[in-house]
Parts: sequence; structure tokens; C-alpha cells
Amino acid sequence: MSRSIALLICLLGGLTMLVSPFLPMATEWSNEVTDWFNILAAMAFVLGGGSLLKVQLMRLSARGPGWGYSAVTLLAFIVTLWVGLGKVGVVADPSAPTVAWSGKPDDEGSAFWWIYLYVMTPITSTLFAVLAFYVASAAFRAFRAKNLEATLLLGTAFVILLGRTFAGVVLTGWLPDWASGLRLENLAVTIMDVFNTAGNRAIIIGIALGVAATGIRLLIGLDRSYLGGDA
Amino acid sequence: MSGTLDRRWIYLGMMLAVALPILWNGVTGKTFPESPTPPSQACFDAIEALPEGSRVLMSFDYDPASEGELSPMATSLMRHLMHKRLKPVVIALWPLGPTKAEETIANVIKGDFPDRVSGKDFVNLGFQTGGEGVLKVIGTDFRKQFPLDRSGTPVDRLPIMEGITKVGDFPLVITISAGYPGGKEWVQYVSSANPGLVLLAGVTGVQASQIYSYYPGQLRGMLAAIKGAAEYEALVSAAIDGDRVTPPLYTEARRRMAPQLFGHLLLIALIIIGNAVYFSQRGRKAVAQ
Amino acid sequence: MSDAIMNEASPQQGKWWIGLFLAIAVLVAIRASIGEGMGRAYVQTDSTSYSSATGDDGRVMWTAVADGTAGSVTIERVLFASAGEYRAAEAATPGQQAIRISWDRTLGLWLAAFFTLAIFSFLMGDNPAYKFTESIVIGVSAGYWMVVGFWAMLVPKLVAQLAPSMVKAWCMPNLDVSAFNPVALIPLGLGIMLLSQLTPLGRHIGRWPLAFVIGTFAGLKMISHVESDIIEQARATMIPLVAFGDDGSFAPWDSVRNILIVGGVLCTLAYFVFSVEHKGAVGRAARVGVWFLMITFGSAFGFTVMGRIALLAARFEFLFIDWLWLIDPKGQRMVATVSAIAGSCSAILNAI
Repeated sequence: MSRSIALLICLLGGLTMLVSPFLPMATEWSNEVTDWFNILAAMAFVLGGGSLLKVQLMRLSARGPGWGYSAVTLLAFIVTLWVGLGKVGVVADPSAPTVAWSGKPDDEGSAFWWIYLYVMTPITSTLFAVLAFYVASAAFRAFRAKNLEATLLLGTAFVILLGRTFAGVVLTGWLPDWASGLRLENLAVTIMDVFNTAGNRAIIIGIALGVAATGIRLLIGLDRSYLGGDA
Repeated sequence: MSGTLDRRWIYLGMMLAVALPILWNGVTGKTFPESPTPPSQACFDAIEALPEGSRVLMSFDYDPASEGELSPMATSLMRHLMHKRLKPVVIALWPLGPTKAEETIANVIKGDFPDRVSGKDFVNLGFQTGGEGVLKVIGTDFRKQFPLDRSGTPVDRLPIMEGITKVGDFPLVITISAGYPGGKEWVQYVSSANPGLVLLAGVTGVQASQIYSYYPGQLRGMLAAIKGAAEYEALVSAAIDGDRVTPPLYTEARRRMAPQLFGHLLLIALIIIGNAVYFSQRGRKAVAQ
Repeated sequence: MSDAIMNEASPQQGKWWIGLFLAIAVLVAIRASIGEGMGRAYVQTDSTSYSSATGDDGRVMWTAVADGTAGSVTIERVLFASAGEYRAAEAATPGQQAIRISWDRTLGLWLAAFFTLAIFSFLMGDNPAYKFTESIVIGVSAGYWMVVGFWAMLVPKLVAQLAPSMVKAWCMPNLDVSAFNPVALIPLGLGIMLLSQLTPLGRHIGRWPLAFVIGTFAGLKMISHVESDIIEQARATMIPLVAFGDDGSFAPWDSVRNILIVGGVLCTLAYFVFSVEHKGAVGRAARVGVWFLMITFGSAFGFTVMGRIALLAARFEFLFIDWLWLIDPKGQRMVATVSAIAGSCSAILNAI
């Protein structure tokens, strides 16, 4: 029963989205349904937080290796939640200066803003920045012109890397105007405009066909993997 | 050699290749000249073509993890919009987008265009969850999705929102995008469904290759990675500053092109050395056999 | 305790890490003692008064007025000031308090530098500083997203629909909702069912909101992908193989370009057709398609490298500009450039 209702809800949700472009009178209704979807997306943040809390509490109570880090995660989570939901350090907004809670949680000077600026920003941006080192190391170890395909990949990467910096101008800027198409910066543009566009366009069309097929399978109930094994 | 070289030497090389040009630039203040590629020029032309007072929807779809590439774009775009007396309506599909938007507004508008008034000349409507769901709703009912600005003021009371009922009412939409939801989704849900609407995207290097396939049909212009940002900065500086010195806030991307150059050269050198060693070892093995 | 931090480093490695830490600390101490010093944040207080007036629509509007206006409410905000502004203010009025050092923001700056270096330290191997920082960001990110989702979506779109008076009195006085909206009970119910997944009993009813999300999302995706990525992308590929310029003359390069794009898309699609054996003409087309794909991946690699290096440059800029005050491209301070430090170093060497 639970499973049949779930399949029906899935079908109705999908159909609402599918018919709205064809039936203008259904637009308002589909917007309403999409709004619920958007609210559920916000609920998913709460679910994510709850799930993190549950997992870290279990790890903490088990006192397995590295339980101290679980304690740190929990503390960071709770403090962020407390200062954000409690609007700690937030002053009233100019649009309603008499309502103490009218300010935004991430206004400059608030505790939540402090966490954003001095904790979130440095850590997340550095986590992505270190990938530059790994890319360099991996390229040195694994990037080999072993065959025609690998050589094409390597050659293209060289043209893009040189053509997208001042090196392109220094190395090939001397080429006369009639051969300007061979300047590295112009070659990089041609690669993106022609070869990359063609290759990616085929990938995009392929993915879109796959999405459409998967969508139909989900809506008509052929794909029920999201219901779980014992559904 | 490629198998035995300690990876930490490569890391040290990359660190020096990026750090030293930053210090060099900090001391000398010099940047490389930039000539715009067609997608960057198209972005500039699309904004130039708008009449004064036009409303522009600007979506901050990124977070601090990508600010190294995207913040310079946001800064230059905002400066260009303000200089042209266009009116940006800011939204975000990423939770940290509104904070990045506030930073851009504080740096550019409050710093260099203090006469502009929030709610009249620009507005930040903040973040809404849902990604594609948000784009779907604003396609037909903008106010349903964004009923308030970030300060809690209903959009009905904001002069800048007068007459705006759906996303198609904006003549120009700009997304500054770090991934999902971002440039691709704006093309799929907004540009394709509104043929008259002009969409521009500032994207990270990781996204650029894929997004390029939508240019120039579904995407009128594109700023690809830090190079795109530097090109756009140069275009805007030439238009606004002329022969005057550009304020340092608006040279951030160009300053980053020096470390970019040496980082790229190091990577190419590493690949060439790795291949040279590989082929020499393979040659020796073949001779031995 | 070693269990708590899962310290797998050998004593020798431990000594190595301590040595590295001390070396960094000594370098930072030397830097802090030269020139203007480093790593301080300054603030100033912005004080604005607001006065209320009732508009034609009966709504209360607040506008900024001169300080001391009767009946006005004053809001004080603490905002950033630069080191240069601080020095200028001190030079004008020694001991002034209008622009002052902010200890909480200074602490934050040093903490941000620590976190940056802790993440970089992973390049040398896994270590407690990295793990500590990683644990913090996991907790903070989850909390941050929850808070933003709560204030941006759940309060105005859900709670305000169900209890408008309470929300208006509590935090959003300008809200345009005045009556209870029973339709909002549907997303509330679905949301509660979704959250019930956290409990052992909630697995079954948790499927319903999941099914709703998946069905809605599938419907949304199907329409957009077919319209944008199949029809529009196919349309963009339907270009003349023999191109002519605006003046009607034959355009050879445009023709070559168009042939390459059309041929490239078709050949690459041929590679993705796995229901036909890749032999003969299909095989040859698929092989050309692979070449196009390799060029595509090569360009993607180039752009990815570009992106990563830009992010790395941004982090170094944070360390050099905001924390160490080695350079000052934004002109926020007055001295403290590499050249000034180099001058100080040479003076010390001469003295020795």
C-alpha cells in the first residue's frame, strides 16, 4: 500500500510538471506544486543536519578511533545552528528598526557572519585550491602521449594552457596577420568554438536522451530503486 | 624518474610558480595586457546595448570555494551595470550566494556609487531553495518565488520591481555560476523557454568547456574562468577609466593572470619532462629486449 | 587521547611536524616584528537614525533621518575599516576611538590563516590539524545550510503561511501575508514525513515525500532537457555546410567550421550508439568521434587547471595581503610591502 501510494505520488508530481507547458491553465497549479518541492528542498537541509547529528552522536557514543573529531564536528554544527537560528549579534534591519529579530543572520558583525568569513570561507576555498597541486602531480605521473588519442588530448591541453595566458602572445604574437589563426590565443578560441562545441554538444544530447528515458522509467514505475529494497 | 620523484617537489614548484608572481605583482603593480575573446566581448556588448534604467536580473550562484575565479567577474559586471545606470535585481540559487552578493554590493555600489538607493536602483532578493524549481516558478511568476527582498520588504513596495511579473520581463539575465544549479540550468529553464531573453554567464573553468556548447545561441555571452574575468575587466576599464589608473578593486582578475601564466608553464614543463622520461625508459627497454 | 585524534604518526613524524610548526611560528614572529606588523582587523561604528511614517497604503515606512530627530530609532553597526584609515585617523587625533582594532575579527583573521595552512598541510600527509579543520567544516557547513534554509525559505514560505501574525511580530513585520493558508499544510506534512526518515519508524512514510520530490524533479528535468538540450542543441547544429558571407560571397573558413561542427557532432554521437557494432562506416565515424572527444577532454583539462590555479592564487593572496601584510595591491595600508621588508632585513644584516 505504502509503495503504491508512493508510485502514484511520483506519477502525479511528474505529470503536473509535464502538462504545464502545454496547458496554460495548469501553470498556477504546477507553480504551487513546485513551491512545495522548493520547501521540501529546504527541509532536506534540515534532514541533512539531523542525519549528521545522528551519525556523529553514534560515533561519539561508540568511542571508536577518531571520536574526538566527531565531537569537534558536533560542536561546530551546534554552535553554527545556535548563532544562526538565534541571530546572535544581529542588529535590527533598517526596514523595521523596532523589531529586534528583523535583521539578517549573516549581516556584517553577527556571529553567523563571523563563522562564514573566518571559518567557512578559508576552509572551503582552500579545500578546492589544493587541487592545483594534485592536478600538477597527476599530470606529471599519468599524462603520456602513448597513442594518437592521448596525443590529441595532450596537444589540446597545451594549446589551451598557453593560449589562455600571456604565453600565447609571447610565443606566437609574431605571426603575420594572414596566419593569425595559428596564434595560440586564436587556436584556443577555435578549439573551443569548433571541436569542443561539437564534442560537448554530442555529450549534452546523449545525456538529455538518458535523462528523458530515466524520467519516463521513474514516472511509469519501471524504476523503483528510490523506494528501497523491501518496498 | 617520474616514478621516484617525491611529489612534494612538484608541490613546492607549484607553490613557487603561483606565490612568486603574486609577490612580484604586489611590488610592481604590473599586469599583462588582455585582448578579449568573442564570448567576453559579447558579454560587454550585450550590457552596452541596454538603454539606461533597464532592469537586469543577476544571479549569484556560487560560494567562497569558487570566489577566486568568480568574484572578479561579479565585481566588474556590477561596476559595468552601475556605470551604465542599469538596475540589477540580485538573486541566488546557492545558499552562500546572497553573502557574496552583499560583498559585491558593498565593494562596488556603496564604495563607488553611493548615490544609488536599494530598492530603487538595485536590490538583493536573496536565496531560495529548490534550484531548478526556483527557475521554473520565476518563468511565470517571479513574485511567488521572491516575495520579499533580503530585508523583508515585500517586492510590491520596491520601485525597481514595478512591472516585473516573470523572468521574461528582464531584458537581460546574468548568472555567475560555480556549478549546479547554475549556468546550465539557467540555459535549460530560462533561456530556452524565453527566446527573446538575453542570457550571459560567468562560469568557472570546470564548467566552461561544457557551457561553451550553448554559446552563442542559447547563451549570448560567456566569461570563462579567470581569463574571461580578466578580459572583461580590461574591457570595462577601457570603457570607464580610459587613460586613468583603474582602482585596484577592478584589477583583481588581471593581477591573477601572472600566477596563472607561471602555473601553466610549470604544468606543461612537468608533462614534457614526464613524457621525456617515459619515452627514454621505453626506448631503453626496447633496445635491451 | 590518541584514540580521540586517531594519531597514526610515528614519533619521528611527530617531531617533523613539530619542527615545521615551530619554523612557521618563528617566521611569522619575525614578520610580525617588522614594519607595520601584520594580521590586524580594524572597525568603525556606523550610526544611523530612522524615523517612521505611515504611507498611503497604511503601511509603516522607516526612512533615515538626522541623528537626534524626535521619535527616531538609532541603529549602530560595526563595519570594517582599513589599516590605512586607522593610521590616518591616529595621525589626525592620537588615541581616537572612531576607528579601532577589532579583537574578534583579528582573532578570526588568524584563525582563517590557521585553517588555510592546516588544509595545505595535507599535502605533506594526513595530520591532526587537517583532520580537525575538516571536522569543523563538516559541522559548520551542515549548520550553515540549515540556518539559511530556515530563514530564507521555511519562515517566509511555510511558517508565515500557517502563523502570519506570529511571524510578523517576531521577525518579518513587513510580510504581506495576513491569513492562515491551509494549502501550506501539504508541504508541512510532506516535510514532517521527510524528517521522519531519521527515526526507525519513519522509513515507510518517508517514501512519500521522496516519491514526490523524485517525480516532480523527473518531470522538470524531462521538459527542460528535451527542449534545451535536444531540440535547441540539434537546431544549433543545423547550419549550412556551404556558408556565405553577408555580401553573398563564399566563406571558406566558415564552411570548414560548420562542416567540422556538424561532422563532429554526428561522429561523436555515432560513438555513443552502442546498439550498433562499431564496424565499417559506423566504426570509422565513431573513431573520428573519439578524436573529437579527446580534444574536448583536453580543453576541459586545460580549463580545469586554469580554475584550480586561480583558486590557489586567491588563497595565497589572502595569506600575503590580508594576514601577512606582505603586499598591498589594494592600497589599504601605507607601507608594509615586500620592498619595505627587504629594506628592514638588509638593515638588520648590516647591523649584524
